Amino acid sequence: MTDRAVPNPIVRVAPYRARRSRWKEPSILPGFPLAMGITLTYLGLIVIVPLTMLMLRPWELGLDGVIGVLTDERVAAALKLSFGLSFLAALANAPLGLLIAWTLTRYRFPGRRLLDALVDLPFALPTAVAGIALTALYAPNGPLGIWAAKIGLKTAYSPLGIFIALVFIGLPFVVRSIQPVLEDLDHEVEEAAQTLGASDFQRVWRVVIPAITPAMISGLSLAFARAVGEYGSVIFIAGNLPMKTEIAPLLIVIKLEQFDYAAASAIGAAMLAVAFGSLIVLNVIQMRFARKGRV
Amino acid sequence: MAGSTDLALEIRGISKAYGRFPALKNVSLQAKEKEFLALLGPSGSGKTTLLRVLAGLEHPDEGEVRFGGEDFLALPVRRRKVGMVFQHYALFRHMTVAQNIAFGLTVRKASERPSKSEITDRVADLLSLVQLDDLGKRYPSQLSGGQRQRVALARALAIEPKMLLLDEPFGALDAQVRRELRRWLRELHDRAGVTTVFVTHDQEEALDLADRVAILSEGELIQLGAPNAVYEAPATPFVFDFLGAACRMPGTVVGDRLTIGDWETQASKGAPQGVVEVFFRPDEVAFAPADGAGLAAEIRAVAQRGPDVRIEAMVNGQLLELQAHGPTLPIGVGEGLSVRIRPMRPQVYAAS
Amino acid sequence: MSLVLERPRMPGIAPLLVLASVLVMASLVILPLVLVFHDALAKGLPPFLAALREPDAIAAIKLTLLVAAIAVPLNAVFGVAAAWCIAKFDFRGRSFLLTLIDLPFSISPVVSGLVWVLLFGAQGLFGGFLAEHDIKIIFAVPGLVLATVLVTFPFVARELIPLMQEQGADEEIAALTLGASGFTVFRRVTLPNIQWALLYGVLLCNARAMGEFGAVSVVSGHIRGLTNTLPLHVEVLYNDYDAVGAFAAASLLAGLGIVTLVLKTALEWRHAGDLASGRKH
Repeated sequence: MTDRAVPNPIVRVAPYRARRSRWKEPSILPGFPLAMGITLTYLGLIVIVPLTMLMLRPWELGLDGVIGVLTDERVAAALKLSFGLSFLAALANAPLGLLIAWTLTRYRFPGRRLLDALVDLPFALPTAVAGIALTALYAPNGPLGIWAAKIGLKTAYSPLGIFIALVFIGLPFVVRSIQPVLEDLDHEVEEAAQTLGASDFQRVWRVVIPAITPAMISGLSLAFARAVGEYGSVIFIAGNLPMKTEIAPLLIVIKLEQFDYAAASAIGAAMLAVAFGSLIVLNVIQMRFARKGRV
Repeated sequence: MAGSTDLALEIRGISKAYGRFPALKNVSLQAKEKEFLALLGPSGSGKTTLLRVLAGLEHPDEGEVRFGGEDFLALPVRRRKVGMVFQHYALFRHMTVAQNIAFGLTVRKASERPSKSEITDRVADLLSLVQLDDLGKRYPSQLSGGQRQRVALARALAIEPKMLLLDEPFGALDAQVRRELRRWLRELHDRAGVTTVFVTHDQEEALDLADRVAILSEGELIQLGAPNAVYEAPATPFVFDFLGAACRMPGTVVGDRLTIGDWETQASKGAPQGVVEVFFRPDEVAFAPADGAGLAAEIRAVAQRGPDVRIEAMVNGQLLELQAHGPTLPIGVGEGLSVRIRPMRPQVYAAS
Repeated sequence: MSLVLERPRMPGIAPLLVLASVLVMASLVILPLVLVFHDALAKGLPPFLAALREPDAIAAIKLTLLVAAIAVPLNAVFGVAAAWCIAKFDFRGRSFLLTLIDLPFSISPVVSGLVWVLLFGAQGLFGGFLAEHDIKIIFAVPGLVLATVLVTFPFVARELIPLMQEQGADEEIAALTLGASGFTVFRRVTLPNIQWALLYGVLLCNARAMGEFGAVSVVSGHIRGLTNTLPLHVEVLYNDYDAVGAFAAASLLAGLGIVTLVLKTALEWRHAGDLASGRKH
């Protein structure tokens, strides 16, 4: 005989616990309320409230006032310079970052690990230090600037100087984004391409590049976002001539020094909006790529 | 049958849903003191959810769990004293094997905590129980899968659990280690004498190890019984199918006569009337010459695979894969020949 | 330069690529670093040491240490709490919370300073109230701390969240079944599992906190000896054409950067398994 499971004639027992609030999946781990309390309080005080202030303050000028601030010749020039050069710097970092990441992952040479560690230096070096060092290096009488001057290039105190500083701070974002992907890239896929008759160039162009593209886009977008707001490493090398080499963050400082809080926050909010917006756009593009690249 | 006096675990009317998905539907079952109970079912059957309810890792929406008469659901995980062995062991990676095993003792309140030397002795005992005497100073990452599994077991036993819960205890091991550990676990259970509930999707494992097997499907308990009883008399086509290879034929029952295709035979007692489905095991088939009794079958192919013979036969318009035990073929069986086959123990279910 | 190729492929191009990489790194990263120390010692050791012994320099060093000593622990506690919620629990709005935590990364440092001026500056939201009660936040230490905290906000959380997500909650749950209390689980299971990642995050957070320039420059007011942190001190000296002084102070900060880099690299090598997978080189 089997003792088949006969549905027990059971009195319905009351639920063990009242249904919990819907937004949290019940877990038996303790500490959620405390940790969440700390997180939200701190996040609110340090990030949300101040940023809300930033988004609200400009409107005391009215819509026309805000548009007026942002379309002011000097402000518009600064915004154009900041975003334009940040974009160019990110573009320049694509081949440079790929070159360095490729070298670090594919070849073994003396000093490779040192070079690898140094990639993070722009993260670790305080921006003011980077700023004065790059300036001294690329100044017309500096060790590298002197060479540039000989071929007629003005590096420091020109848009080119700003560009160099932005490439400097963006480089690690790009290298560190694509390096792990290059490391993980299945050798077999590359080898398969070779057995199918692909040349070295085809192998890199048609197999490697598509594989790293999502990571590359994410690295470039991080580099771009960082470059737009960068202050310390740019301010010394820029020269800060209105309309020519004045970056947007510097204008915020100038407006603040004139106690024009509303204009300062209008510029700040605009920068934040554009940086955030471009991050979102790039994320969408990246998701497209990721979906396409899923094997 | 479980008497009411030595009942250890009583589960009554447990239901649990994740959002709209019902994971358990009114499940009730009992386990006796020191019983070894298997929860068997395919993935998504609710077996792991039930185990986690017992451990206190999930709260059921409805129902009751009692252990030794005590309301188990009212106790938080840490007071239940169940020894849980997780599927992927969940060993503390930064602790040595010995520290892992001692953990449950060292976290007790000072008043209940054994002394340091007692803990050391207990860990040594447990290490030898799970045959890992020399590995106390190793870290989990330095152990093989089978060794980790035994550490997890020792860690669970260290707190002298009222009940041992094992979630797919052999799931992450390869076949060889799996078989070795299975026997060993049964011996360990018999020695430790703890009520044990384990979850598996491997019917062979459940039938081999457990005192009783509970078969679940889609959140419902389908059948509960001793391994042999369950195997001999599966309650539903699902259980029949789940417990091993199955052949399936339509048939009809009228009175006490069962008709399958061109063959009429005595129906088993209590068989449902009308259109039925007949299930039998592919190796529980008798072969007879073409003029004998049974279902007419045309042998399409015969393949010898080691000790077994695989016979493909066209029966009643259906291609069946039958099995016979070698080395010689059953009489009359050969490619292209006609024979008659007779399922030896057909199970009859009402057609769904 | 002798090259050992991982795989003998493109042998002609490899040395060229390596050379190109080294040149890029040299002109962008290595030379600036070398130049800091070179210029700091351009006139020999005594002026270098004198520049660091100056009272303003010492005050700046002390202030920098003080600000970091407040900001880093705050962000570390926050990071652990946020990671505990996000990695060990499932709740609605989890990814939104994650986005908010990352938000300070995409804010210009100058804006990170500006927002505090909007709140506590002379014409800020609470400016009048603070003036009445004679409380100074902007152009004072609290403002420096707030600006630094905002800039370094995500660092610790960012290291812990992916690691704790990888680790899952299995060990914690196992510890609960063995009878451990919530606090014991955290202290004896969670904390040892995340200690190296926590240290890593604190290290990066600290480096950024001590080296922050843009945000503190907005709220500092550049009062020598009072509200100048070391990076601001560098700026002041540089603008005064005191190259040796500026580079001497800068060399301290560069040293901080190098130490951070060395420790970070050491953590990546020695404790790769204890860091989030993105950090395992």
